Amino acid sequence: MRNLLPLLLVGTLTSLKIFALTLLFSVPLGAVVARGRMSGNRLVSSLVNIYIMIMRGTPLILQLLFVYFGPYYLFGASYDRFTAVIIGFVINYAAYFAEIYRGGIQSIPIGQWEASLVLGFSKAHTFTHIIVPQVVKRIIPAMGNEVITLVKDTALAQTIGVAELFRVAQSASARQFSTTPIVIAGLFYFIMNGVVSRSFDWLEKKLDYYH
Amino acid sequence: MGIITVENVTKNFDELGVLKGISFTLNEGEVLSIIGPSGSGKSTLLRCLTQLERIDSGRIEVCSMTMAKSEGETVQYADARTLKEIRLKLGLVFQNFNLFPHMSVLRNITEAQINVLGKSKAEATATARLLLAKMGLEEKEGAYPCHLSGGQQQRVSIARALALNPTVLCFDEPTSALDPELTVEILKVIKDLAKEKMTMIVVTHEMAFARDISDRVIFMDEGLIVEEGAPERLFNEPAMERTRRFLTRYTQ
Ligand SMILES: Nc1ncnc2c1ncn2[C@@H]1O[C@H](COP(=O)(O)OP(=O)(O)OP(=O)(O)O)[C@@H](O)[C@H]1O
Ligand SMILES: [Mg+2]
Repeated sequence: MRNLLPLLLVGTLTSLKIFALTLLFSVPLGAVVARGRMSGNRLVSSLVNIYIMIMRGTPLILQLLFVYFGPYYLFGASYDRFTAVIIGFVINYAAYFAEIYRGGIQSIPIGQWEASLVLGFSKAHTFTHIIVPQVVKRIIPAMGNEVITLVKDTALAQTIGVAELFRVAQSASARQFSTTPIVIAGLFYFIMNGVVSRSFDWLEKKLDYYH
Repeated sequence: MGIITVENVTKNFDELGVLKGISFTLNEGEVLSIIGPSGSGKSTLLRCLTQLERIDSGRIEVCSMTMAKSEGETVQYADARTLKEIRLKLGLVFQNFNLFPHMSVLRNITEAQINVLGKSKAEATATARLLLAKMGLEEKEGAYPCHLSGGQQQRVSIARALALNPTVLCFDEPTSALDPELTVEILKVIKDLAKEKMTMIVVTHEMAFARDISDRVIFMDEGLIVEEGAPERLFNEPAMERTRRFLTRYTQ
């Protein structure tokens, strides 16, 4: 029992690393994907659409297995498990974020673009200064949901053998014939998500000055 | 002297011909009203002038600069710099205001002055305050559009357009989204601008208003100018049967 807490904290640190790195890469990558999805080039937009459909239409757990074992079966190449986890999570979450961004961008009335262009702003300036700020406000609730799911999804990293919080708790539980580690792990996830949802509430409040 | 010359302009949406050969000129200090039934192409015409739509053939000239001109089968538009210069000569006020909701009233009016005209913040703010005072909104500079009435929002959007000091101000049914009691305040603002000899094109369904403020009225139907003339003449003795039918429907 005395060793349990440090053990769980190390597992938590791994989970947090997965969480942070996934966000760090998938939030911007999602924008690139959304751009591709909305591209005027039919080929680009349909390829991106297929990618999004695969990412959203198959289980993340399967994608992780594929990302890690795929290169091994195809080329006999093996690589770092943690890297595989990050790649799997990033390409999965980027697809979800892309669809949220796209929905947000398309929900802004066309009149906002028109008013801005008529005032002489460039398309780029209109996008970054008129459209994006409004999109950010609109997508906060959906992004909050995704990020909360991500906290819980980090537990899937164990499928390719990364010892994150849940994996650590499970093995401790098996060793000690006790459910305590699992309950504590649950509490940790709960706390992490408490912080996440508080942060999103705060953001939402901060942008509440207009609608 | 013509500020805007439109010659034989056509515009199609897919198969649908929306403008079928529009020609007119707008002179300095003139107030031109455009009336006509729904779907006759009034908005499309304004949108072609303000470069929100591209014309399919014809010629548009603004302040002696050629914006677009038919060359054989295609239309040649001016280079980007000329187009931007022309764009700044024309202001457009929308039916549903289209203020930027995430910006205060003041920033709605200063943003383009600073980022498009390159004015200093102080200068832009001074201009904005002057315009807000003129619109009777000096207390609202810190407010956000969502906290204003429709009439107030429309006055801010007029101020926003005027802040760039356009040569011509275009209105596309500026009162159609407003309750009747708010309509009056916007009509008064436009009337005051007319008194100051602001050159304006006003698309409107308010016939009494069009008659009151216009120097000239154009009646459009099905993508064509059916008739144009001085308001007294056009409203009292329309030359065309189609104009007469439209007017009796609207003034009864
Ligand atoms: N972007 C578009 N795509 C396809 N058709 C369009 C588009 N914009 C306008 N139209 C069509 O063009 C025609 C003219 O429209 P326009 O908006 O110019 O009419 P209007 O005279 O302004 O009518 P209203 O008084 O109702 O505002 C209509 O039949 C309309 O459906
Ligand atoms: Mg219209």
